[in-house]
Amino acid sequence: MAFVLPFKVPKDIGSKIIKSFVIPFVAFLLFLGIWGGTASQIVTSLGEVPGPSQVWQQSITLYDEHVAERVKEEKFYERQEKRNAKKLEKNPDAKIKIRAYTGKPTFFDQMLTSLYTVLTGFIVASLIAIPIGIVSGLSTTVHRAINPLIQIFKPVSPLAWLPIVTMIVSALYVSNDPMFSKSFVTSAITVTLCCMWPTIINTSIGVSSIDNDLINVSRVLRLSWFTKIYKIVLPSSVPMIFAGLRLSLGIGWMVLIAAEMLAQNPGLGKFVWDEFQNGSSNSLARIMVAVFAIGIIGFMLDRTMQYFQQKVSWDRNAVIR
Amino acid sequence: MSNSFLQLTQVSIEFPTDNGPYKALDDVNLDIAEKEFISLIGHSGCGKSTVLNIVAGMYQATTGGVLLENKEVNEPGPERAVVFQNHSLLPWLTSYQNVSLAVDQVFKSTKSKAERHDWIMHNLELVHMTHAKDKLPSEISGGMKQRVGIARALAMEPKVLLMDEPFGALDALTRAHLQDSLMEIHADLGNTVIMITHDVDEAVLLSDRIVMMTNGPAATVGEILHVDLERPRNRLELADNEQFNHYRAEVLRFLHDRHKREAA
Repeated sequence: MAFVLPFKVPKDIGSKIIKSFVIPFVAFLLFLGIWGGTASQIVTSLGEVPGPSQVWQQSITLYDEHVAERVKEEKFYERQEKRNAKKLEKNPDAKIKIRAYTGKPTFFDQMLTSLYTVLTGFIVASLIAIPIGIVSGLSTTVHRAINPLIQIFKPVSPLAWLPIVTMIVSALYVSNDPMFSKSFVTSAITVTLCCMWPTIINTSIGVSSIDNDLINVSRVLRLSWFTKIYKIVLPSSVPMIFAGLRLSLGIGWMVLIAAEMLAQNPGLGKFVWDEFQNGSSNSLARIMVAVFAIGIIGFMLDRTMQYFQQKVSWDRNAVIR
Repeated sequence: MSNSFLQLTQVSIEFPTDNGPYKALDDVNLDIAEKEFISLIGHSGCGKSTVLNIVAGMYQATTGGVLLENKEVNEPGPERAVVFQNHSLLPWLTSYQNVSLAVDQVFKSTKSKAERHDWIMHNLELVHMTHAKDKLPSEISGGMKQRVGIARALAMEPKVLLMDEPFGALDALTRAHLQDSLMEIHADLGNTVIMITHDVDEAVLLSDRIVMMTNGPAATVGEILHVDLERPRNRLELADNEQFNHYRAEVLRFLHDRHKREAA
């Protein structure tokens, strides 16, 4: 009796492993080697350009700092609670104040702030861009009207928008008890302004390239305008919309770092700027940690969008990458 | 005359082009009785589809018009359901959902949810597609897609079923199967059908009358051939039938003559 494996082993499983793991791994090692070799040759006013090992070291330090800060925070609240308890013991009617911890945000806090800001800006941009894209895709008149504006605003750098946005936000966003800090609003709006264009353009193309026969189906069925959009136009252009959203989120993340640097919104951009101003011998290594973090987060955001894109795509033959 | 079921009267249509208006159809007259099966045949570009689109309400005739049960046709509607050449199913919906889109729209106020479900299943059964009701169009063959397309059109309970080369893109065997199915359905339901075709055998096999159109521009009805063959028709028996072959030859002669004139 022949022994049969419960699963099929592809003949070329060896070459598959080589293709998908070994090649990228070797390339990465090569990259580290070139980096390590050349970095030590360049001496700046902040010392040598850090190599892979220093950067690795700093990423551990940043993590330790984060843990230490959390411990400090915990202790702070513990002390506060004890103090308040004592006060209450002496005098049950005493007014108790609970003060928030005001320690320096750690690298990981900055990361979360950045993510939160970019997602806010991106969601606002999508809510504006998708409807505009649909209308412009359906009507050539609207398309002719707004296309020049889109083409003009699309290439504008966030650095150009930022001063304008800052002034407008300062003028309009006046409140004694603001829900968001001004710097957050400024950065998020800048992200919105810079990343809505690809979604508008792609949605518009997706909507305008709907198969004419499908539109005829909706005419024969006498679907109402809203039903037509909901049942035929949107599903049919969803792959293109998501392609646009992916581009938008990528741009938004890139723009955010620049915006945070200038707007001094807490976040990775501010972290980079602060380290640069700080000018310690570790600064460059810490900035490089940020570079990698920014890159990896950007990559993960794109992968998340790709996952959704595949989920909603009805075109099984489309290759999404 | 005014009491015929579907009536095209002096229909002509012009399309604006850069070189002035192009007259695609000129003075098309056609009276169609209820339950009649009509084929439109002619060379490519002779305006067969334009006639169908005018009846469907997609295009407006420049002069003349279409009356369905003495009511003027001026917009598309489910009482004139169209089976499109390339099936036109929504690719993100299953067969069931595609039919259901039509059924929910047409019968939203007249049928309950359970009735609509039964009606969808009934129509899928008519075209023998219940086994693939949960399949997406990309998962079924071209012939099956066209069957679902026919089910969707039938489910609207149309007064007239308009078919634009419904089997043009299919291989010969699949086409034969679908023709047989269509004959069955026509015998059962007695729909009024207008079908465009390029296929002479198909036209003779299925039709009560074959409308042969002249070449464009300004195309019009050339000849009309009454096909007086007993129903139900069987393609194998008819292959040797003298009458059938006579009709076939008639249509071929028409198409051939017209073609020669065009070339000359």
